[in-house]
Amino acid sequence: MTKISGARALLESLEKHKVDTIFGILGGAILPVYDELYSHPQIRHILARHEQCAAHEAEGYAKASGRVGVCMATSGPGATNLVTGLADAYMDSIPLVALTGQVPTSGVNTSYMIGRDAFQEADIIGIVTAVTKYSYQPRSLAEIPEMVNNAFYLASTGRPGPVLIDLPKNIQTGVDDIEYTNKINLRGYNPITEPKPSKINQASELLAKAERPIILAGGGAISAGASDELVAMSDLLMAPVATTFMGKGVFPEGHPLSLGSIGMHGNPAANKLIDEADVLLAVGTRFSDRATASLSTFAPDAKKIHIEIDNAEINKNIEVDVPIVADAKKTLQALLVATKTKLARGDGIVWTKRVKEAKEQLSPLLKDNPCDVVPKHLLMALRELLPENGIVTTEVGQNQMWSALYFRALKPRTFISSGGLGTMGFGFPAAIGAKVACPERPVVDIAGDGSFIMSEQELACSVSENIPVVVIVLNNSVLGMVAQWQRALYNRRYMAVNLGKTPDMVKLAEAYGAQGIRVQSMEAFKNAVKQALKGNVTTVIDVPIGSETDVVPFVPPGCGLPQQRGDY
Amino acid sequence: MEAGKTKVISVLVENKPGVLHMIANLFRRRNFNIESITVGPSVEPDSSRMTITVKGDDKTLDQVVKQVAKQIDVLKVVELEYGGLVMRELSLIKVAVKDAKERSDIINFVEVFRGRIVDVSTDSLIVEITGTPDKIDAFLNVMKTFDILELARTGITALGRGTKSIRINE
Repeated sequence: MTKISGARALLESLEKHKVDTIFGILGGAILPVYDELYSHPQIRHILARHEQCAAHEAEGYAKASGRVGVCMATSGPGATNLVTGLADAYMDSIPLVALTGQVPTSGVNTSYMIGRDAFQEADIIGIVTAVTKYSYQPRSLAEIPEMVNNAFYLASTGRPGPVLIDLPKNIQTGVDDIEYTNKINLRGYNPITEPKPSKINQASELLAKAERPIILAGGGAISAGASDELVAMSDLLMAPVATTFMGKGVFPEGHPLSLGSIGMHGNPAANKLIDEADVLLAVGTRFSDRATASLSTFAPDAKKIHIEIDNAEINKNIEVDVPIVADAKKTLQALLVATKTKLARGDGIVWTKRVKEAKEQLSPLLKDNPCDVVPKHLLMALRELLPENGIVTTEVGQNQMWSALYFRALKPRTFISSGGLGTMGFGFPAAIGAKVACPERPVVDIAGDGSFIMSEQELACSVSENIPVVVIVLNNSVLGMVAQWQRALYNRRYMAVNLGKTPDMVKLAEAYGAQGIRVQSMEAFKNAVKQALKGNVTTVIDVPIGSETDVVPFVPPGCGLPQQRGDY
Repeated sequence: MEAGKTKVISVLVENKPGVLHMIANLFRRRNFNIESITVGPSVEPDSSRMTITVKGDDKTLDQVVKQVAKQIDVLKVVELEYGGLVMRELSLIKVAVKDAKERSDIINFVEVFRGRIVDVSTDSLIVEITGTPDKIDAFLNVMKTFDILELARTGITALGRGTKSIRINE
């Protein structure tokens, strides 16, 4: 055995896990790893311009590809800047491995060491405990290979999530005999993937007899890769499929039985029909408050089956009749077989007719002039211009909810957004990460001006690293979603929502070496998108829209899903 | 959280730094109420045993168990059934003593509660008492008639009755 450094042991371990990209920013305490990176050209390092964005880029990479995203930062401020990204990944169950530098564990004749409040020291393990699935800090080099195995295994299995490895500088530079291993040592972690036959039996009995079945698919169904099974189940039961916001795309939204998303700003057909269903098959969802609205009125008539990999989600928000703790794909496969043999209900024509009628009644109203430059028209036009596998990311706020309402996602992993944490500034770096994972596919960030300026500096990253994406800025010069709340719930007392003189987005793009296009008509918008998709440089399309345009429909706080107000 | 009932859970965890922080942090962020928590080595050398007393309604207690079980360093969680467990807490109480009469009164109470005097000085006593939390509460109620100078309680530790034991691989 040859003696190697901790930094080399780390990078060779990452290579064993087929890591091809690291998003990061360097600094003093992580320098030995960056120095080692020099000798590992097969790992592409993408220099973010803010660590938060490095984390979001890794999230976009992970969401688009299904692989583990890797981000890296130095100690202290570098590490703390990652925290929002880790919290975001934790909420949305995104597999991430974050690497941080740390001051040394010991030193001779120096106080540059852990526990002495050294320069750029932050207790990142203490800080991230609540927002990571797990975190590690090796105290010897020999621990590194197994620790990396554990980290990747934890991040990508069970309910996926972020794992942090904090690397004291002396561990990076130290030299020792390193033995690589495939061993994973996690005796307290045994995710259940196989469904219990008794539960499959109970669930299939309910489904086989259901008169008005509905399927609700969440982000867990995407993680499990259960799209085909959902389509098969929907076809078998003639059950309409609603998704949560995080599940968007797992069921093709062009399918006749697709209802779109439920929720506070959900599609009316979805919100209405979930209220009428007699059996609800929920797949990979945690029943978040934004999805269910008032808990007591959620799917009140439905017997509820809940397929979920995380046992702690069972009965956390919604009490269910048949909980199935297992992998969603495997469970749906077993349920399909079991239900097929039992199918006992009539032809289901009444429910099918009701679904069709609800979808027609509650489909988007196109009464406005189709030439009006409004979010609805822009997003529907974008769908026409993007191929089926084109990837859309969104920022957070009105842009996000309009995208959920009007942009039809046709494939899983093509709609990427910050659902749980609601992180403004997420969309653009996530788009960069998605483009790195899927360079052959177009990637578009649907942005608001407020969110975009929270991470616009990543234009430097996308231009320098040659990662061309398209940013569509729905520019209303206002923090639109909170302004809408102030309008609706605070008697129009606008406070701190007006963005005043926002930057000229065209000049901003050009300043970074990107392309900027401002459009004032639907025709110009379509041409700009076509031009941007053909181009090989990041393009910002600035679309001025009205500053008082609301996202409707809307379920007011405290109300149930069917009490949605406003026109679709 | 509603007042609800009290539950004692036994948790086997990896004997690693940071585990107590992780559990304490979990209770805080999930808005669970810890009544007491005790930690010490278990029969298996690389694991520790935590005994956590928690108060809440059924739904909350169900969540507590699930969320604790979900932690990577938690090897096993068992809810101990009231009635089916032996539960003990130890308390040390330092009491000021004015005169001989007070001293003999205190010693009498200590005998009745089967405590022990573990330290004596001219004007104070330290009493050790072990028992269920109820017994200790009752004793403290009596002692309140004197001048309690200091009080230390360990919190509950507990085991289920009978031969059945909580092991990692069972």
